[in-house]
Parts: sequence; structure tokens; C-alpha cells
Amino acid sequence: MAERVIALAGNPNVGKSTVFNSLTGMRRHTGNWSGKTVDTAAGRFRRGENEYILVDLPGTYSLLTHSAEEEVARDFLGGDDPDGVVIVCDAACLGRNLNLALQVLEMAPHRPTVLCVNLMDEAETKGIKLDLDALSSALGVTVVGMSARRRGEAARLGAALDRAFAAPTDFPVPLCYAPEIESAIAARGGERWRALQHLSEDPAMVDGIVSTLHARACEIASAAVSAEGGTACGYTAADARRDRILTGRRTAYPIMLVLLFFILWLTVEGANYPSAWLGALFGRIESGLLGLMEAWGAPAWLTGVLVEGVWRTLGRVVSVMLPPMLIFFPLFTLMEDAGYLPRIAYNLDRPFRACRACGKQALCMCMGFGCNAVGVVGCRIIDSRRERLLAVLTNSFVPCNGRFPTLIALIVIFFAGNGGGAVSALLLLGLILVAVAVSFGVTWLLSHTLFRGMPSAFTLEMPPFRRPRVGRVLVSAVVDRTLFVLGRAAAVAAPAGLVIWGMANVTVGEMSLLGWGAAALEPLGRLMGMDGAILLAFILGLPANEIVLPIVLMIYTAGGSLGEVGSSAALGEILVANGWDGGRAACVLIFTLFHWPCSTTLLTVKRETGSAAMAAMAALLPTVVGVLLCIVVNVIRGSLL
Amino acid sequence: MEYRLCDLAPGQWGRVSELRGTGGMRRRLLDLGLVPGAEVRCMGRSPAGDPVAYLICGAVIAIRCTDGADVVLGEVWEDG
Repeated sequence: MAERVIALAGNPNVGKSTVFNSLTGMRRHTGNWSGKTVDTAAGRFRRGENEYILVDLPGTYSLLTHSAEEEVARDFLGGDDPDGVVIVCDAACLGRNLNLALQVLEMAPHRPTVLCVNLMDEAETKGIKLDLDALSSALGVTVVGMSARRRGEAARLGAALDRAFAAPTDFPVPLCYAPEIESAIAARGGERWRALQHLSEDPAMVDGIVSTLHARACEIASAAVSAEGGTACGYTAADARRDRILTGRRTAYPIMLVLLFFILWLTVEGANYPSAWLGALFGRIESGLLGLMEAWGAPAWLTGVLVEGVWRTLGRVVSVMLPPMLIFFPLFTLMEDAGYLPRIAYNLDRPFRACRACGKQALCMCMGFGCNAVGVVGCRIIDSRRERLLAVLTNSFVPCNGRFPTLIALIVIFFAGNGGGAVSALLLLGLILVAVAVSFGVTWLLSHTLFRGMPSAFTLEMPPFRRPRVGRVLVSAVVDRTLFVLGRAAAVAAPAGLVIWGMANVTVGEMSLLGWGAAALEPLGRLMGMDGAILLAFILGLPANEIVLPIVLMIYTAGGSLGEVGSSAALGEILVANGWDGGRAACVLIFTLFHWPCSTTLLTVKRETGSAAMAAMAALLPTVVGVLLCIVVNVIRGSLL
Repeated sequence: MEYRLCDLAPGQWGRVSELRGTGGMRRRLLDLGLVPGAEVRCMGRSPAGDPVAYLICGAVIAIRCTDGADVVLGEVWEDG
């Protein structure tokens, strides 16, 4: 039995991750934008006797350049590791893609190679026809056409890999460069590819090398492609029409706002019912558990720890926090799948440049709405280190999925009145715009103080729109999110419930530990328009933002018995009973937007920047902003009353 | 008459005659397909006017005016 390492290479946004997932059965995140995959991943699959290890490389246009992700791909492909290569191409954009394919083949002309022409279904609907046999003989490699987004296509690619190893590649026509380049290659000697790579450093040679590669790629492509109605281009007239509206001078910004509002509105409206239902369910199970413990004759402290501590916290996290996440996240994923995210970056590049940052920061910001840790990793798409740090440090200024439910609950209880979902969504939209504005402001401030510098170069691919795979996206987003939140709830909320129950029930002197903690924080909490319990909850909520509100409830109701809190009315009663009013809720909203990010995000910042100081700064920046804003709001409120 | 990339208005297209400048941006533009002889079509401007989207070698790429200033075009045509 042989173990074969296969590199998966290709241009950005041709569906490498989808191909990877379909072959390995794994679930790497996929989406319709360039640069989404910023790291390498490996997965295994078996075919008969052979075990394949597939390595998914970041997308690259070329192997001759020097950007970070391109170096990753080049070093891996140029090393000894890969036994074979799968080059993934976009059927609707073959010329551009073959440029990279030619470079990969130049690099190792006899390595088993499969050219996987992906997105055949899309090309077909655009009237583009491909002659795969012509392609195969022009390049001397096994060619397989597929639509990786459809099920059951992976087997054909697997079979093609088997064939490629059985009949080794023979890249028949070495590229013929201009005479002066060819003689320079000969003069240098050694491997042809190494010589080429070296020569491409020479400003006098690079144009000739790149032009030859492009010309040959276009020549092969135009021989293999026939298109109805002229140009074989993945970006159709329909795409152009959509872009004229989505990025138009008058329409772009209103559409962004309306889309965001619509998503928030669906989230607010839709989350109510499952929340109430889950709250009731957890409440029923809780009484069942209590009965069970009693029948066993379990000691009171054990019942307290397990039922009132662990189970109740778990129940609150799941019932209050999960439903909004389960609506927001899939909707966001649909937009990503359709290809809207790069348009946001395109629309916002100018404002970001005014802050001396990069429009791609908008993409990181969008990812941050889902999860700040993911947003921070996503910052790798920004080439300049200075701009990347700006994006990393300001990412947690936009509220992540774990903070949305808190924002929604407080808005519904204290600010929406009888206005219903639409008013709540509008208020939430306003809050998010404030967060985005502050994130712009901090970016501006940083790039004029600690991270001085001018904006660097910017290129952004705007992919053709794709019809999102609604069913698949919804199912996988819902399943992934549920598992993720339940996993975090089990790993973080349950232990936190245990600790907090302990703190509420272990007394030192007259007060419980929880009481001492809250009392110690009371002065600062008051200054910020909140109270000690809330501040303590934010501190204890460091591992996960979604447990902050449940901890607040836990502290307020520690010792007392409490039914379900699935409905916002029940939640509101508890909060009001503990001295909450609109002013306090406003301060909590502000602090929810701006405080230290969760520990996962902080660790991610440390890993991505390689610096603990940056992680500390990522925690400090939003905290300072939040504390100051809360104090200001509190002072203004005090002077009004 | 010499045109630069950002002189193209939406709907106009031209052919790259020369790529000036040096360094990283030049390499990036080359990789994107802005090689001498390549056809570039302006697809539209972003709401603030800059960056601008160009069709290059089958894909639409947004480039800022300052970054495209080193791309020299020969003639410029407009679809009738």
C-alpha cells in the first residue's frame, strides 16, 4: 500500500476547498471570494490500495512572486513532499488559470499531475464549451471536468488521480521563451525551473517570462474553449448588471444598509419563538432532574451544583443565545456564498483608505460579525503588515455572533417598546453602525499614531455571482453553528456555571464570594452606569461572550429559585427587579460592543501576530473605548436627571 | 496620446503597451495578467469613484488609480 501526498493548487476562488471537501469528506469553510483559504490543510482519503494525503494550498495567481500565500504554495510545490499535484481550474476562466498550471508543470514536468477543470456546470450555463481531450494533449496531463459543488463528483477525480500515477505525466511542449531568456537559462544551467525563478527577479527578464506564460496559456485555452456569443468569460453581462446596482454610486451604500437591516430583522423576529420553546424545554428537564436527584437522595449541594449550577447555565446559554446565532449566521453565509462580500470590500475601500487602511479590512470585519477569531485569521488576506495589524486590532470592535443575542435581548426589553421586530432591528442596525464608525475611528487613530504609514497597494478580485446553494448552506451552517455553540456551552458555560454556583454558595464572613466580587467591582460598575455584578459577569465571561448575560442572571438569582427565562419578558422582569433601567441597559449595550474580546480571539491575535503585546493591545483598545464611552454616557445621563 | 489605466471610463477598453514602475505592485499587476499586449476593459467604478473594476484576462479585478498609474495603454476604444 502506497501513501501519496497530493498538493491541491489553483488560482484563488476556483473551488479548491470544495474539491478538497468532496474528496476528503472534511468540511473546510468555503465561500465565494478570493483569499478565503489562508492556511494549508491536509486530509486523507483512500482509493483501493492507495492512501492519498491531500494538501489544500492557498490560492495563487503565480509561483514567481513574493506575497506570503504565494510563497507557501511555491515552497510546498517546489519541495520534495508532493508525490502528485491536482491543479484546480475555473472552467469559465481557463486562460488565466492555465498560466498557473503551466508554471506548476514547468516546476516538475514529470510529476503525476491532474488538471481538474472545476465549475463545469457554471460554464455550461454561461454557454462555454470545453474540449477536455484537446486540453489533455496540449498539456500532457490527465484532465477531468467536474462540478465539485455537486455530490458524487469526487470519485471521478479520484479515478483520474489513479490514472495519473499509472501513466506518468509528460509535459510534452516545454515553453519556448524569447531567445535572450532561453540563452540565460542555458547559461545558468541546473534545473530549468530554478533558473526561471532566478531570472524572474531580473527586471529586464520578468516581462518576457510572464508574457510568454500568459500568451501560451491563452493559446491553449482558446484552442480548447468554444463559447456561444463571443467571449469565453466567467463574468457575464448579468454579473455586470448586478454589479452596476450593488456597487453603483447611488445604490451601493443604501443596498448594504437594507441588506444588513433585513438580516437583523429576520434574526430578531425569528429568534423569539425557538428561544421560548428551548427555555421551556430546559425548564421541564430541570424539574425532571430535580425529581430524579430527590428520588436518589442526593445531597443538597450536589443537586445545587449540577442542576442549579451547570444545567441552568447551560440551558440559558442554549435557549437565549443559540437561536439568534442560528438565524444570523446562515443568512450571512448565504451572502458569502453568493459572492457579495468582495463587493462590500470594493465599496468600502475608499473610506478605509481615508483611514490609511485597506478595503480588504471590510472582509475581515464581515467575518468578525460571525466570529472575531475567524475575522482575525482572515486578516491574512491583507498583504501589508501594517494594514494587517490595523485590521487585527480593530476586529473585535464589530460585535461577533456571540454578542448579538445580548444586544438583541436588551434592545427588545428596554428600547423597542411595543414597536416589535422592525424597530428592534432598526435600533440594532444603529448600534452596529456605531460599532463600525468607532472601528473606522480607531483605525484612523492608530494609523496616525502607533502605526504610521501610507496605504499600500490593493487588488481585489470580484468573482462572478453564484447562485447560493441555499439548502446545503443552511443545513451546514445550522449544523456547524449548533455543534460549535453546544460544544462551547459544554466546555465553557457548564464549568462556568459550576464555578459561579460555588462562588454564590461559599461564604467568607458575611457574604458569598460572588457577593464580595460584585461588591469590590461595584464602585467602578456604578461609575460606568452598570453595577458590580454586571462587570463581574463580563470578567467571568472572558472565555465566551455568550455566557455574559446568563452569568448576570445567575448572580442576580443565586440562591433564589427561578423558572425558565426563554422569553424576553421573563428576562426583563429579573433585570428590572435588580435595578436595571434604560440608562443602565444603554451602558451594558455599549460595553457589550466595546470590551476585551473573548480568550479564543486573544489567543488567535497572539498566534497571528506572534506577539503577546499585540494581544494585550487587542484587549486594551476596545476596553478603554468602552469604559470611557460608558462613563460619558453615565455622566450625561446623571446631569439630565 | 498615451493613456493610463485609470483614464479608462466604464465601457472603454484598451491594450497594455507598457508596464512601468518597479517592485511588488508591478509583479502583482503582471500576475493578474496586465502583460504587454493584454486587453483591459473598464467595468465600472466603486461608489466613491476609486477603486475601479477592470476585466483582465477573464476576471474582474478592482485596482486603485494610484496603483494602476504605471500601466500604460496604447489606444483606447469604446463600444458603440
